[in-house]
Amino acid sequence: MQEFKPKIVAFYCSNCASSAAEISNKLGLFLPENIKLINVPCTGRIEILHLLKAFENGADMVYVVGCQEDSCQYINGILKLKKRVAHVKNMLEQMGIEPQRLEVFSLYAGKGQDFVNIANEMLNRAKQLGPIY
Amino acid sequence: MIVAEAKPIKEILEMIEGFNKILVVGCKGCVTVCNVGGAKEVAILASAIRIAEKKKGKEVEVGEITLERQCDPEYIEELKDIIQDYEAVVSLACGVGPQFISERYPEARVFPAVNTKFMGGAVEHGVWAERCAGCGQCVIHYFGGMCPIARCSKSLMNGPCGGSNHGKCEVSPEIDCIWDKIVRKMMAQGRLDELLKIRPPKSWLTARDGGPRKMVREELAK
Amino acid sequence: MTEYKSGSNLEKVLKAGHFAFTGECGPPRGANVEVVRKKAQYLKGCVDAVNVTDNQTAVVRMSSWAACLILKEEGLDPNFQMVCRDRNRLAMQSDILGVSAHGIKNMLCLSGDHQRFGDHPEAKNVYDIDSIQLISMVKKMRDEGKFLNGEPIDVPPKLFIGAACNPFAEPLEFRVYRLAKKIAAGADFIQTQCIYNMKRFREFMKRVVDMGLHEKCYILAGITPLKSVGMARYMATQVPGMDVPEELIKRLKEAGKKKAAEEGIKIAVEQIQELKEMEGVAGVHLMAIEWEHRVPEIAKLAGMLPRPKVE
Repeated sequence: MQEFKPKIVAFYCSNCASSAAEISNKLGLFLPENIKLINVPCTGRIEILHLLKAFENGADMVYVVGCQEDSCQYINGILKLKKRVAHVKNMLEQMGIEPQRLEVFSLYAGKGQDFVNIANEMLNRAKQLGPIY
Repeated sequence: MIVAEAKPIKEILEMIEGFNKILVVGCKGCVTVCNVGGAKEVAILASAIRIAEKKKGKEVEVGEITLERQCDPEYIEELKDIIQDYEAVVSLACGVGPQFISERYPEARVFPAVNTKFMGGAVEHGVWAERCAGCGQCVIHYFGGMCPIARCSKSLMNGPCGGSNHGKCEVSPEIDCIWDKIVRKMMAQGRLDELLKIRPPKSWLTARDGGPRKMVREELAK
Repeated sequence: MTEYKSGSNLEKVLKAGHFAFTGECGPPRGANVEVVRKKAQYLKGCVDAVNVTDNQTAVVRMSSWAACLILKEEGLDPNFQMVCRDRNRLAMQSDILGVSAHGIKNMLCLSGDHQRFGDHPEAKNVYDIDSIQLISMVKKMRDEGKFLNGEPIDVPPKLFIGAACNPFAEPLEFRVYRLAKKIAAGADFIQTQCIYNMKRFREFMKRVVDMGLHEKCYILAGITPLKSVGMARYMATQVPGMDVPEELIKRLKEAGKKKAAEEGIKIAVEQIQELKEMEGVAGVHLMAIEWEHRVPEIAKLAGMLPRPKVE
């Protein structure tokens, strides 16, 4: 039996999340496979449709990494995104999809290790949940 | 404008249960302005339907189209060539849209994706509030430019009632007491005499109470 | 021979210049005739008239007119209440003729609590006309013998018209004018929402007297005895326009849980005695809902007994 390799989509912003990503590279930490990284100027740019489309196209797990709520470069981008994530989680539940397949994280710019840890956490969760379809 | 609210996705999915070809139709009018039924929301609903059905192991075909308005036959006509390709039509327009589609295409199974609520406007970004109840006999000028029929929970014409509570309606602290506003404004403007006038009972004939209504522009109609 | 508008006991007592004392009776949540008769027994001889509420707080109860008939049978002078929430103008005029036909002579015209408060919040809203329009309508029926649409009534109803007043509700400045409006519309008597802040009420009554309103209409001050500190706090925070001074709450607290009700009655009695001397106040309306059995004692302590008999 083939081991389930979850397809994961990760959105990350060009500020705190990017900095963290860079640092994780410098530290020689690497992300697990199957994670498709999508860079956005600010997580506030991510719309409900982007999140849904990722699932529609087969993503088993979708997560977003952005700034802390009080240090978003665009002031309230991450706050807006969190509201959208809550809305989509609600939709997913009504659609018969586990809302845990979608997650959002705020991290500090310097936290390279966190960037990688989050990715691993998402991978584990995806493996536990199984394929979306 | 007409303000509507999206139906829960669960309710919509139950409505279209069993259909495999679904056309989602949006409207660039009022529902776009209140962010529930425009092109964006059409794409969102279509995607959600595909995901939900895929989860059930079904591949459904979901078409997406947004019309200029769904309250004018000339735009409803634009569905002519594609509607027969679908088994169900989900309209995101206000209550008028799905009915216009139904009338023009009697064979079509039409479902409403929003709950139409009221005539109102934006009071802040993302928040719309009721302003007009369509009573058919507008007299806001009696009340300092505000409408107690639509905005007083009891539609009082000689308000306020004894339940006015620190500027809020007794029904809910989220509802402003419009009579508190009317009285304060008119008294401040020295218009107490107008407030003392006893407004006679309203004729509800021109409102929905009198039956479904029509408006005709004689010079334009045949 | 005095010309009465309805000839009700309440009207006669007020017209003769006595200080009126009215009570209240909440109908049961069922076709329970016995409980109405029982309440009547407590009130008999203690009050000049008895208000019978109309689906109060939008909770379904035996209709006001029906309970009024039972009270009438028990020898009381009922004060039929009609709210604007549940009936349109047809039903209202119809009921007005009905109650008058059965010899009910007092009618209180109210807006009514919104149905969202009650036990059937999904009901359709009526509010065809408002309380002031209702007062005008009853007056037109009685004095002109005409229906709202101007057509003649073959036997006009004879009702003593009442209305409510909430002197401390917002917007404060306007309350005395709204009272004036109700009187101009045809109110013969007014019952206020229950008062606890006597100082403020005295100021309100001064304005009423200055405007000469007390000469056009009989104003009865509402009194509700406090049963506990909890009740006082509830009134103070949950009921619009209610002003419960700290001193009263203090008195109830100091009386202790067991004696709070007694203290509440004491306070009510003091208030009634003070109101008797207040200019412009023609009487007191005692709202002792579900406490009807204490009414005789309150009436006695306040010096309201015996009630006057006017032929």
